[in-house]
Amino acid sequence: MIPFIIITLIKILVVFVVFLLMIAYLTWLERKLLGHFQVRLGPMRVGPHGLLQPFADGIKLLFKEELVPANVNRFIYNLAPILVFIPALIIMAVIPFGDRITILGQKVDLVISDFNMGILYVFAITSLGVYGLVLAGWSSNNKYSLLGGLRSSAQMISYEVSLALSLIGVLMIAGSLSLVEIVKAQDKFFNWFIFRQPLGFLLYLVCIIAEINRAPFDLPEAENELVAGYYTEYSSMKFAMFFLGEYGSMINAGALATTLFLGGWQGPFLPPVVWFLIKLCAFLFLYIWLRATLPRFRYDQLMNFGWKVLLPLALLNILITGVVILL
Amino acid sequence: MTETDENMEYLIFSIMAIVATVCAILVISHRNPVVSALFLIATMVSLAILFLALNAPFLAAIQIIVYAGAIMVLFLFVIMLLNLRKDEFGPERRKAQRFFAVLFGFLFLILLATAIDVGLSSFGQREVAAESLSPAGVENLAQVLFTEFLFPFELASVLLLIAIVGAIVMAKRKL
Repeated sequence: MIPFIIITLIKILVVFVVFLLMIAYLTWLERKLLGHFQVRLGPMRVGPHGLLQPFADGIKLLFKEELVPANVNRFIYNLAPILVFIPALIIMAVIPFGDRITILGQKVDLVISDFNMGILYVFAITSLGVYGLVLAGWSSNNKYSLLGGLRSSAQMISYEVSLALSLIGVLMIAGSLSLVEIVKAQDKFFNWFIFRQPLGFLLYLVCIIAEINRAPFDLPEAENELVAGYYTEYSSMKFAMFFLGEYGSMINAGALATTLFLGGWQGPFLPPVVWFLIKLCAFLFLYIWLRATLPRFRYDQLMNFGWKVLLPLALLNILITGVVILL
Repeated sequence: MTETDENMEYLIFSIMAIVATVCAILVISHRNPVVSALFLIATMVSLAILFLALNAPFLAAIQIIVYAGAIMVLFLFVIMLLNLRKDEFGPERRKAQRFFAVLFGFLFLILLATAIDVGLSSFGQREVAAESLSPAGVENLAQVLFTEFLFPFELASVLLLIAIVGAIVMAKRKL
């Protein structure tokens, strides 16, 4: 019992620190890549190639003056950034990032919790992620914030349905809800679910971008119509919390895609954790690439696309998968 | 189940039961409807943790996904769009309202007393819930749902379909 608790605590600590570092460097990567996509250099001043920029940003944000507008609902206004950040943080608990290894005679699974309903846990936590945005928008007492918050919740609710349905095919083939089991079901290269569930993979990719509010579906924070959306009235560290939450969700989305479709930590020659990180970074690169390439959708286009295209396709995918399994 | 596990379960139950009750009381006692809705979500999440402690993870996940995740978002949506203020509730209360409040409060009390009575007499039989839901959970549930309870299950789906069609008809008067 005691070694189990100690090992789990160490795992949580390591994952937590790595996760925060990845968020920090994801902001750097995004600025750098966007710079190069637009034929500029991106941050160059702090450290070689701006490598220390995330820390400079972090310190700056911490020491900024915090402005709280008059007439906000204090309790909810303070609660909202926390509600954005926490769900993004705790999804990592069920993502397997490596095989079982032996350290000092102790068998250690490289996943914080091999919960046998891992995927449902992910759904449950993502469905709670909406609240932070809605409440931030509402409590700020600002019409742009409110519109941004309402838009984001409508968008997330709509795409959550297709998102969940797009994964059903994977669950049907793997025959398990546990993420560890799903990784084990993809033991050979051509068993990866990206090959067995190509439509499901594409649907997941589109839905998850809408779910984490990234371009081209970043309507909740459309600058030209909504100023900055739901976090218009936030400053200092609370503002930073929204960004931590957003980048954290990006990492979660990539990690989940890796686990469900790209065979998780499996790969030849290199250690499992390295493979996991390589695949994860490929997804993060893809998100930034998409942001640099595609213009933003219009709101009605977004809703029509979600309900009239993605949802029927997701249902079709389930039907086809079911027929193939039966045959 | 070892003794530490049992103690642990008792501890979790005690904490979450207190949290759930306090949040539930705050739901009806707080003046701000949005804050009330938030405490309702907190109540549901603590109920989900209680399900987890009872070895029913599937039920816990569904509790959060359906109630805390989907239904409460819509609640919050409506409350925000109506944007109720304190003065709009006003001091005036209709007589009929008070009458029905007392009536339904009384009925609820009877229901609660019955539930507690039944709960006390079956105390110690908690394995019942665990057995029907726990081992591999979803498989067993699916087995039961699609064989023994297929008819009520399909009926429920028809009911939901009717509700969806009804909602669309009401939302779009002229199609």
